[in-house]
Amino acid sequence: MSVFVYVEDWNGALKKASFEAVSYAKTWADMLGESVVALVSCAAGEVSSLATYGADEIRTFTPTVSGFGVAEQVKSLSEGAKGLVIAGTNFGKTVAPAVAALGKGALSTNTISAPLQTAPLQVKRGAFSSKGIETITLEGAFPIICFTPNSIGIQERSGAGTVSSASAEGADLLELVEKSVTTGKIALPEADVVVSAGRGLKGPENWGMVEELADVLGAATACSKPVSDIGWRPHSEHVGQTGIQVNPNLYIAIGISGAIQHLAGVSASKTIVVVNTDAEAPFFKAADYGIVGDAFEVVPRLVDALRAFKAAQ
Amino acid sequence: MDILVCISHVPDTTAKINFSADGSSLDPSGVQFVINPYDEFGLTKALHIKEAQGGAITVLNVGGPETEPTLRKALAIGADKAVRIDATPTDAITVAQNIKNHISANAYDLIICGQESIDYNGQQVPAMVAAMLRYPFVNACVGLELDGTSASTKAEIDGGHASHKNTLPMIIGGKKGLVEEKDLRIPNMRGIMSARSKPLGVEEPTSGAAPTVSAAFEKPAGKAAIKMVEPDQIDELVRLLNEEAKAI
Repeated sequence: MSVFVYVEDWNGALKKASFEAVSYAKTWADMLGESVVALVSCAAGEVSSLATYGADEIRTFTPTVSGFGVAEQVKSLSEGAKGLVIAGTNFGKTVAPAVAALGKGALSTNTISAPLQTAPLQVKRGAFSSKGIETITLEGAFPIICFTPNSIGIQERSGAGTVSSASAEGADLLELVEKSVTTGKIALPEADVVVSAGRGLKGPENWGMVEELADVLGAATACSKPVSDIGWRPHSEHVGQTGIQVNPNLYIAIGISGAIQHLAGVSASKTIVVVNTDAEAPFFKAADYGIVGDAFEVVPRLVDALRAFKAAQ
Repeated sequence: MDILVCISHVPDTTAKINFSADGSSLDPSGVQFVINPYDEFGLTKALHIKEAQGGAITVLNVGGPETEPTLRKALAIGADKAVRIDATPTDAITVAQNIKNHISANAYDLIICGQESIDYNGQQVPAMVAAMLRYPFVNACVGLELDGTSASTKAEIDGGHASHKNTLPMIIGGKKGLVEEKDLRIPNMRGIMSARSKPLGVEEPTSGAAPTVSAAFEKPAGKAAIKMVEPDQIDELVRLLNEEAKAI
């Protein structure tokens, strides 16, 4: 039997994490000499695009509302699978442990590598708030991988998967009252670039230039814990240990000193740029590029330079 | 209102993390252990509920005797009773199974867990316990209001928030937002004294086959030395980000 992948949709649309999940399943399936079956929680026309990332079979189903309900559906639709892949989005993280509990499967969350070996399955995962990496072995016939989005990457492959529909029962144990998603903004966990600012900006009225920089880069905006605690920015922008953990390709920190609680949430970022007036700020020790300087001078210059760079491309 | 708060015993945020010479486990020497920060928000929320409407708070940890000071601290902050399930946890499903058995044997109205522990960052146990018991479960829970036999919750979802209405008993994976940082409590002398005489029960674990096994730990590869750019050389930064880091 095949490697299965649960593909989450966002109001009917697929996103990067969906494609990354299929790419992961394909890499794993190739190691086993198996095919990939994608279980997609929507029936939008674009589901056939999943074949581009390696799905041999695409089965759509109508999802229940809750993570538990979807877990029951995915469990029954993946009967006999060699393994299951789920993207570690907010919702994916509620589905994966429930599938593991229902199916008594071994689960690795926070997975940051492709399989190192397949019999038994072994992968690397982030632990100790990115201060450690654990190599974990998953025993049993139904290993489940929940990976950190943006850690594996998307791979395009040639292929033409067949699309069919499937159905399965799942119980919603809770009642959804309201769902509000900010539109027109890039969601933090899936952003390729994050522009983040801290108390060095002196007040919420100065965030315009941060948003401008984010706009030029197609980035999401974020902030440090003190800034969200004093109410300059919403909690949903707080990155760090007790906030949101991110691992974008590029993280730009402006006026953030780099307390260990902050680093715990961002140190998995691939490239880190730090702008701070204090040359002794601890963040410089964790960064790739640094500028000691005043944000109010540096950021507008950076916006101009990036605009010129983008225009020249 | 009988509330169970599950507590993880974890290295302090600021602790330097080192692994044993053979890479098989965390080296605990010099490491200060604390109540998992996510659980601390949950425990404080439980105290708020108790103060508003009465009830009892039990704190639970699955771990060896070395975790008892962490449970005592939770008692000193205001929990009524502590339970330690005497097992060295090896993976999430084993921990979840033990918590599930404890809940099955005791009637709780509400089970509060932290969204994740800051050691293994699995974010697995609360959802597993909920699935085993078929209890409503809300992860990344940032708001909780109780109304008799039901609870209204607010949770973070990708790019926004979701509100749910749930029938008790239920389980939440909580985080900051349940209460604010300023609401967190430090044990006072009276609390510490009274914690000494509060019950801390030890229960036998149920053993199960652990399907995941830690093979090795390592530290992440260190960053190359930082490159400093002068504030008036912004074009150079753009060039480095493009050509060297390939980040833009």
